[in-house]
Amino acid sequence: MSLDTVAIAQLTPEVQQPFAQLGLQPDEYARIKEILGRRPTSSELAMYSVMWSEHCSYKSSKVHLKQFGDKAPKSDALLVGIGENAGVVDVGQGYAVTFKIESHNHPSFVEPYQGAATGIGGIVRDILTMGARPIAVMDPLRFGPADASDTRRVLPGIVAGIGGYGNCLGLPNIGGEIVFDKTYAGNPLVNALCVGVMKHSDIKLAKAAGAGNLVVLFGAKTGGDGIGGVSVLASETFGTGGSTKRPSVQVGDPFVEKILIECSLEIFAEDLVVGIQDLGGAGLSCATSELASGGSGGMKVALDKVPLRDPSLSPEEILMSESQERMCAIVEPHKLARFLEICEKWDVTVTAIGEVTDGERLEITWNGEIIVDVPPRTVAHEGPVYNRPLAQPTYINEVNSQKVRVPIPSSANEIKSVVLKLASSPNLADKSWVTSQYDKYVQGNTIQSQPDDSGMVRIDEKTHLGIAISTDANANWSYLNPYEGAKLALAEAARNIATAGARPLAVTNCLNFGSPEDSGVMWQFAESVRGLADGCLEMGLPITGGNVSFYNQTGDTAILPTPVIGVLGVIQDVRTRTPMSFDVAGLNLYLLGDTYEDLAGSEWAFMHDERVGQSPIADLAREMRLIELLLEGHNEELFVAAHDLSQGGLSAGLTEMVLRYSTGATIVLSNVGIDLISESPGRVIIAIKVEKSDALNALAAKHSITLTKLGTTGGDSLVINDCVISLQELSTAHTSTFPKLFG
Amino acid sequence: MRIGVVTFPGTLDDRDAARAVNRGGAEAIALWHADADLKNVDAVILPGGFSYGDYLRCGAISRFAPVMKLVIEAAHKGMPVLGICNGFQVLCESHLLPGALTRNSDLHFLCCDQQIEIVNNTTSWTSSFAAGEKITIPLKNGEGSFQCDDQTLIQLEDEGRIVARYVGDNPNGSRNLIAGITNSRGNVVGLMPHPEHAIDPLTGPTSQGLGFFTSILNAMVR
Repeated sequence: MSLDTVAIAQLTPEVQQPFAQLGLQPDEYARIKEILGRRPTSSELAMYSVMWSEHCSYKSSKVHLKQFGDKAPKSDALLVGIGENAGVVDVGQGYAVTFKIESHNHPSFVEPYQGAATGIGGIVRDILTMGARPIAVMDPLRFGPADASDTRRVLPGIVAGIGGYGNCLGLPNIGGEIVFDKTYAGNPLVNALCVGVMKHSDIKLAKAAGAGNLVVLFGAKTGGDGIGGVSVLASETFGTGGSTKRPSVQVGDPFVEKILIECSLEIFAEDLVVGIQDLGGAGLSCATSELASGGSGGMKVALDKVPLRDPSLSPEEILMSESQERMCAIVEPHKLARFLEICEKWDVTVTAIGEVTDGERLEITWNGEIIVDVPPRTVAHEGPVYNRPLAQPTYINEVNSQKVRVPIPSSANEIKSVVLKLASSPNLADKSWVTSQYDKYVQGNTIQSQPDDSGMVRIDEKTHLGIAISTDANANWSYLNPYEGAKLALAEAARNIATAGARPLAVTNCLNFGSPEDSGVMWQFAESVRGLADGCLEMGLPITGGNVSFYNQTGDTAILPTPVIGVLGVIQDVRTRTPMSFDVAGLNLYLLGDTYEDLAGSEWAFMHDERVGQSPIADLAREMRLIELLLEGHNEELFVAAHDLSQGGLSAGLTEMVLRYSTGATIVLSNVGIDLISESPGRVIIAIKVEKSDALNALAAKHSITLTKLGTTGGDSLVINDCVISLQELSTAHTSTFPKLFG
Repeated sequence: MRIGVVTFPGTLDDRDAARAVNRGGAEAIALWHADADLKNVDAVILPGGFSYGDYLRCGAISRFAPVMKLVIEAAHKGMPVLGICNGFQVLCESHLLPGALTRNSDLHFLCCDQQIEIVNNTTSWTSSFAAGEKITIPLKNGEGSFQCDDQTLIQLEDEGRIVARYVGDNPNGSRNLIAGITNSRGNVVGLMPHPEHAIDPLTGPTSQGLGFFTSILNAMVR
């Protein structure tokens, strides 16, 4: 194919262009022609197609996401907000923490290992790009039914990919989630979270300022992998034939990324860059247009200088390639020599491919001929915006008007059977089969990881300052009521941090939904965003960034609305954290919070295929009182252990606690059936020394939180009223599910 | 006392090893794979990670790093060298230790808290332990299954060169439950589990790994 230049495009307006195959709508194509005053060149078309994809442009979600800014609570903690590669939060002592979560769903279905691996790689580069050293990763996952044959292909591959890449980067994996549901069968969710730390003064931004400064590409060479990943893969619903899209999945090399991390941190430490951007989704198209529009707008790039793994690549392919482990920096000319020296030390390929100009155009040449000449903002930030039709789906009234019908246990045998069934259900069973494939120890700062309520990492060895993160989503509640579901997930994530004694500070999110072209899905999305924005405003937690993943559906069947909410908190002294369980007998066990007949969306209802009823209504004022209670109790060293109750209710919570350090408990419940299986939100189990009971009572009264005595710790059984379950039997039920399913 | 900690491209546990050295009472000295001198160190640690991405075979490329030429020479002259995980693999590839580390028998990466028994407490790196002492430290690797031919195995057993053995189920298929071995002189030790991640119960399962980093001080004093 001959080279399509700007000059040729001007002379040949009649040329038919494959905009539809590249994922662009006719009106979007018309708009590009209007912006340029001519037809785009094939390279320009390539750039617009990837940058205006749903994945990059947020064209369906933008009008809703605005609420995150409009309803933002006042916060002194936020140093960098939404819009940069990742938000940055002040955690005190001069430290800034950046964290973000992103989806890599479709690639992970097509090619589980590489899809998941490059999901980790991408989010780690986002964090690195802010100037931070990445210090930990987490991965909320969703799969089809645990016993489905395709889950046996997808799950082991994804787990191996996350481990293979993250372990090799030297990043501890400190938590995540694994949930199974049939709606994820053809569309698993792989969300990856990374957190990094830096000093305030080290924050870097994606901007190309200063005419004459150089555009420097460093890292891996560009290959033909991942071409059009964001448009072809991430922004379309899968029909059949997913595997034919395999060339659109990127292939990762964690060794190169590890080198790139160390090399970049050394470059940052010597203050050698003006601006920096990683090459992820939409590759060079994204990096050049975002850097240019982040500065004054002018940039010239000689595309033929880009080092290639495959010399036969065309300019269009180079612009669209999503080859991994690449970064683009803006460097002042007098600092280039030192920049090159550091790259040489680390054996990192580095090439100056262009320069910042004082114009307002992004101009890209190929062997001297101009193939792209565009206003960069129109590529990066002024894509189409859709206010898509939305309508409450008919199922909502239908399911909300029905009552959950499940057996409620009462006899000792029934109680035992329910506790064991919940303990062994794939959603609640022990996840060691997965987490033992992840390195949780590397870097030597991991304080908590799975199966603790949250992940916790020390960030200063001298002052013992630390951060905690939890990610949560309850798609069953979101399905019944997306507005409340988002709020409830936010509250749960915040609570999961507070149980350890960390104060919630900031929020990130990964919003996984079906097709935005379906008005019902769009309604679910809009309601979730509204719920999250309202919830964050009420709880005073700023949203620092996030990610939207649409088109998660198979044919006409959308996944459950799955807004994954991540909350970051800070703990002044990690040595004082409250663990999730106890290893001594004779402690008193209490329940904080009220238990109602909340069976809708519960694990017990899910196990009986009862997807009906009304989700609980989030009472965030009460959640905030509970968090304050937990933090105050932590400061007064009142608690021996604290564990959040969520999926599986009290039954699962007790199971997890007694098995953690193999110390039993004796529990007395008045309304045993509902008490065990209800999933009323805002509840925490507390273990305290007997002599602290009065103090706990006073604290609960002060914060107006209901306090109920559950029983005492000790023994080698979990005793609930007249039902006795040996820890041995409980442990076998809890730990054998995953090995049985996945080998 | 100065203990060098080598960083190859792709090394991950170097900062952890340095922290453990300092905690043990010695001074950690950073050594770079391309260094042409050992900076007057008294001992060397090759830490864990994926040096050179584990390309070709684990440790196969690192063996040829400039700094390794010096480490091998010094080891032959009696300098204490501890290879942990990937470092153990490098020592085998360098022929300072016999055998090889292969894929775990279940083919998965495994990260767990592993009990091991210190079988030989006469090496430079294990003298702080009692013979037969059982300690729990992290094990984390994908290729930790120790293999060697029958003759080598008999020799290692007969000469008391098994430094540590796994207790309980064999976690990775290693022959004779071998978790670590030494050379005949006792100055070079290769260990699959990670003592540097067990120096503080806050961040590891125990602090029982610290013994490896205090042993070396005793060895130097003697």
